[in-house]
Amino acid sequence: MPAFTAADIESLIPRLRRFARALTGSREAADDLTQDTLERAWAKRELWQAGTNLRAWLFAVMHGVFVNGRRRGRLTESLDAPEHAARERADDAASAETAIAVRELREALLRLPEEQRQIVLLVGLEQFSYAEAAEVLSVPIGTVMSRLARGRERLRQLLEEGSPDRHGLRRVK
Amino acid sequence: MTGGPVNEARLHAYVDGALSDGERAEVDAHLAAHADDAARVGAYRAQNEALHRAFDPVLDEPHSLHPGAARHVPPARWRWSAALAATFVGGAVIGAILHAGWQGQRTGRAAVAIARQAALAHAAYTPEVRHPVEVSASDEQHLVAWLSKRLGTPVRAPSLVSAGYQLLGGRLLPPAGEAGSAPVALFMYENAQGKRLSLLVRREPSSSDTAFRFAAQGSTRVFYWIDGPLGYALAGEIGKDELSAVALGVYRQLNP
Repeated sequence: MPAFTAADIESLIPRLRRFARALTGSREAADDLTQDTLERAWAKRELWQAGTNLRAWLFAVMHGVFVNGRRRGRLTESLDAPEHAARERADDAASAETAIAVRELREALLRLPEEQRQIVLLVGLEQFSYAEAAEVLSVPIGTVMSRLARGRERLRQLLEEGSPDRHGLRRVK
Repeated sequence: MTGGPVNEARLHAYVDGALSDGERAEVDAHLAAHADDAARVGAYRAQNEALHRAFDPVLDEPHSLHPGAARHVPPARWRWSAALAATFVGGAVIGAILHAGWQGQRTGRAAVAIARQAALAHAAYTPEVRHPVEVSASDEQHLVAWLSKRLGTPVRAPSLVSAGYQLLGGRLLPPAGEAGSAPVALFMYENAQGKRLSLLVRREPSSSDTAFRFAAQGSTRVFYWIDGPLGYALAGEIGKDELSAVALGVYRQLNP
C-alpha cells in the first residue's frame, strides 16, 4: 500500500520543475533532474511517513539526486543549448529590460557555490521555512542560516558587479 | 555585522517574513538607524522578487513529466513526445518505445554515465582524419565478431545508410568504471559531407531498460538508452531532431 498516490505528487511537479530550472540553469537538465526525482521518490515511497511534509520530502529526494549526479560529474553544466535559453528568456520576460535582469540573475545564480544557490532558492523562491530547508538539505538550521547569509550577500555582489559583457571588463579584486 | 539583538539571522528572517509583529518592529527601528543594513535588506527582498519574476513562469509551462508510477500512468516522456513529433515513425516503433519507457525503473546514473562516455569518445575520435577507427568497415564481419567477443555478448553495427551515414568502422574503448570491467565498443559513421556520428555500445550492470534520453555536452548531442544487457549512446554534432531520427532508426534495427 503506497504511502502517497501518484496524484499527490502530480500537483507538486511544477514546483519541483521550477526549483530544478533555477538550480541547473537549463530546461533539459532540470526536466531530467525532475523526472529522476519523481522516479526515485516513487520507488522509495514507502519511506515517506504519512502526515509529514510531502513537499519537503520530495525536495529532499531531489537534493539527493542532484548531489549524486554532481558527484559523478554530470553533463548538465554545459547543457543549455543557446537557442533554448534565448527562447526561454524571450518567453519569460515581457520587456527587454526585464529580460536583461532575468538573464543577469540566472547567470549570477549559476556562479553561486551550489550549497548557497540551493538555500537561496529553497528559501527565496520556494519559500520553505528555515526548519524545512534544514530538513530538505539534512543540515543543522545554523548551517542553513550561515549559507543563506553568505549566498544572499554573494548574489548581491554579483548582481551589482553586473554581467561582464555589459561592462566589458570586470573588476578584478 | 550588527550590534544588539538584531543580528544577521534576524535580518534574514525579516526579509522572509518569519518574524512576529514585535520582532519586526524591533528590526524596523534598527534599520532606521543603520542605513547599510537597510540597503542589504532591500537588496535581499529584491532578490526574492526577482527570483519569482524569473522562474514563476515555469509553473505554468506545459510538461509531461509524471510520477514514476509506470504501472498506473502511461509513460509520456516529454523527450519522446518531442522526438516523435519531429519524426515520422510507424506505430510499431512507437509501441516498442513506449514499451521500453513503460518498463521504466531506470538507473538514472548509469544512463547519464554512458552519455558522458559517449560524448567524450565522440570528441576524442571523430576529429581523427586518418585513424578514426581501429578496424574499418571493409572488414565488418571481423569487426563485429571481434567487438562481440571482447564485450562478451553479441553486438551489431546497425546500418545508418537510410539516414545517409556509412559505417566507417569501429574501435574498442577501455571499460568505464561504473559499468563493470567489460570493454566498450564504438562504431563510427560518416555522411557524404564528412559529418560523423558515433554509436557507443557497452554492457550495463543493471539490465533495466530505459526510455530514450537526451543530453548534450558543448556542441555534442547524445541520445542514449539501455536495452536489455546493453547500453547505447548515439553522439553527433547535428541537430537534435536529426539525431533523434537516426537514434530511432538504430533502435528499430536492434529491436525488429
